[in-house]
Amino acid sequence: MYSRISSAAIHGLEILLISVEADISDGLPAFIMVGYLSAQVREAEDRIRSSFRNNSLPFPAKRITVNLSPASVPKSGSLYDLPIALALLSSNAQIPPDALHEVLAVGELSLSGEINPVNGVLPIAVKAVQSGIRTMLVPSANAGECGNIPNLRIIGLHTLKEAVSFLRYGELPSASPAAEQPTDTTVNDAVDFRDIQGQALAQRAAEIAVAGFHNLLLAGPPGSGKTMIARRIPSILPSLTESEALEIAQIYSIAGLLDPLHPEIKNRPYRHPHHTISPQALAGGGRIPSPGEITLAHRGVLFLDEMPEFSKKALEILRQPLEDREIIISRSAGTFRFPANFLLLAAMNRCPCGLYPDLSRCTCSPQEISSYMNRISKPLLDRIDLTVQCKAVTYEELTAGKKGSQSSAEIRCRVEAVREIESRRFRDVPWHFNSEIPASAVRDFCRMDSRAEHTLAVFYELYSLSARSYHRAVKVARTIADLASSELIRSEHIEEALVFRAFDQPSPGQRVKPLIKSSFSGQERQINHGFR
Amino acid sequence: MVSDKKTPGNNSILIEETAFIRCVNNTDRGWPKRLEPHTGMPKKLFYRGRLPDDRQPTCAIIGTRMCSPYGHRTAFEFGKKLAEQGIQIISGMAVGIDGYAQEGALAGGGTTYAVLGSGPDICYPPSNHALFEQIPEAGGILSEHPPGTAPLPAHFAARNRIISALADVVLVVEARLKSGTNITVDFALKQGKTVFAVPGRVGDHLSDGCNYLISQGAGIAYSPEAVISELLSLPRPGRSEIEASASNRELRRLQQERKLLQDTSLTENAKKIYGALSYEDTAVADDLVEQTGIGIAAVSSALSLLVLKGYAVETLQGFYQRADS
Repeated sequence: MYSRISSAAIHGLEILLISVEADISDGLPAFIMVGYLSAQVREAEDRIRSSFRNNSLPFPAKRITVNLSPASVPKSGSLYDLPIALALLSSNAQIPPDALHEVLAVGELSLSGEINPVNGVLPIAVKAVQSGIRTMLVPSANAGECGNIPNLRIIGLHTLKEAVSFLRYGELPSASPAAEQPTDTTVNDAVDFRDIQGQALAQRAAEIAVAGFHNLLLAGPPGSGKTMIARRIPSILPSLTESEALEIAQIYSIAGLLDPLHPEIKNRPYRHPHHTISPQALAGGGRIPSPGEITLAHRGVLFLDEMPEFSKKALEILRQPLEDREIIISRSAGTFRFPANFLLLAAMNRCPCGLYPDLSRCTCSPQEISSYMNRISKPLLDRIDLTVQCKAVTYEELTAGKKGSQSSAEIRCRVEAVREIESRRFRDVPWHFNSEIPASAVRDFCRMDSRAEHTLAVFYELYSLSARSYHRAVKVARTIADLASSELIRSEHIEEALVFRAFDQPSPGQRVKPLIKSSFSGQERQINHGFR
Repeated sequence: MVSDKKTPGNNSILIEETAFIRCVNNTDRGWPKRLEPHTGMPKKLFYRGRLPDDRQPTCAIIGTRMCSPYGHRTAFEFGKKLAEQGIQIISGMAVGIDGYAQEGALAGGGTTYAVLGSGPDICYPPSNHALFEQIPEAGGILSEHPPGTAPLPAHFAARNRIISALADVVLVVEARLKSGTNITVDFALKQGKTVFAVPGRVGDHLSDGCNYLISQGAGIAYSPEAVISELLSLPRPGRSEIEASASNRELRRLQQERKLLQDTSLTENAKKIYGALSYEDTAVADDLVEQTGIGIAAVSSALSLLVLKGYAVETLQGFYQRADS
């Protein structure tokens, strides 16, 4: 006898509905599984056999054929245990045949018949509703993930027994005690910008970065508070919109990173991988790729502490996602598109000993300094909108025990105000933040007065900016103007933005020509640029 | 490549296969006279451009590779002032003081010679390729190594003996106590050359080497004129000349300050920030916030404005000081 039930395959971040078919026919006893299955899926046979026996369910000594269609889609993971078991029971007349109509099931079986949690339940539920599924059977531990999806009945199951009695008699399983009381222990972030003294420039840069979602690089000697500021960035991130939260929750569901007790995403992600991370772990990898750190940081922050210590290969991977805000990974199983719209937050020293440019203490040679800086390629530096040189903290600052001038709450309030302006500005376009404005639209969205134009023109010459850094400066100035609630970008906003421009001359050996034609005085003027 | 067999004894100067690179033997007429009295000199020199003129005074300007903005400015100024007086500047075209002094010499329209630790056709350090191109036109690039020789570490210490031998005076601009510059100074003393050092502030590690040399009896290069007078056997500049030179600088600074006060395109904040900046020390934005009490956003914008108008310079990104016109 034949029966079928729906299930789903996770293909990157895309969900494909799978139809699980079982057929029991006369012949020598055999269990045949087909449909482009990985070894993980094939292991289902043994788990199903044991769980049937341990739950007194008959396992027919007949020729059993299981097919997962479409057969062109590769299938992996343990989520097919439950649908295969239910299809078998149905074709063995243990479950009424129409009970599996418009039902989708996912779940892993243990030998005792318990149903263990699987990854990706939330995006599967979203996809199921769109495809006309009415009831979804999920492991009870995953039931919280898809709390309020309209027009979909979510049944959280603990055991195979519960699944059978639900499908036979419509008996609802008892809710698990753990899921019943989602104790609201919202983690109160103890870190606050008030803990930081001085570092006004870095704090200001953090505020601008978060408000316009600009990438930020903090450079400075060890102990200058780079990491301290970076750790406080989450406390000023703008709140999530509902659609953003759902987008993030789906990614985290597939990655298996949702907390079963508090599955709803309230805060923007903040990922800080260690510098030994492999390129695959950063970008996403595997035969069927799973999301990497850059995708897990989608709509949030990716913090790379000690950036030059990351492998060159890993760092260069960031270039394309920083530009396109997504990553496309091609593997034998297909091409996968992962969103990767993150705020890159990086911290670094300027030399191996960390003390440069304090020449009285730095012991590095010019070659060491330039090769250290060269670990970060110029194209990558060019994609960082804000660069700040942090100052070493003085003894007085360290011991004064004073509180910083502003709290995270105050900064966040200003950030939210800018967020408001941005959401009004980008009503009719797909962007969310100032940093996302494409070069072609910069002129339309970043209007400036004539003095600002003039300032920018002079600086363009003076620092020989690239076209990209020009656009970056304008976009940063847009955010600065928003922070000052100014509709037009004024000269002082451009001036401030240019303080944060990238290290355009990474090695101390490089310098500009000693004589520069100054375009505003018309005279030749000597400029001492230190190491340039 | 050059081989000894191919160099005929009577042909004093021959053009090598590598265009424009010439070779001179110590038996030739063109051999620099300054090298003759000393032992351990090479038997031949390869060069682009020309060799130092035996009749013109020469000064070697040397110092640390990792120099401060002050060292940069001083090396450039000494190179320029000396070159303007027709003094030939010898150096090693290294990163830091060497290169800046030679840039100064070129800016002063004088002659300058670089003694390399590689073949005369190889630019090391590569970042100085602009100097490498310009120096042969205003002097020469010299080396004891045949074209194509790689810049090996051992070559650099050895080439210092040629730098000091070619110079009448060796001037140290900025050096730590333990510095490669000491090698050149040791050679210079053995060769009986006069050594000058630019004095630095006490506690400034980059000037410790210079101050130590002075304590050991080196000449004090308190102004370019002091070195020039030694080289041209002129009377030492008196109090009045130094005062004149200093008051000249003061005057220029005063003029700049007056200009700044009258500059209507500057904001009040920018003027206040200028007041908090100094000519000698660099400051970061955070220092200025503390000193002036102006908010960080206004400080940033004022700093950019001052750089834009030429009143301040950013010596390294994030570090500002007043511009010396």
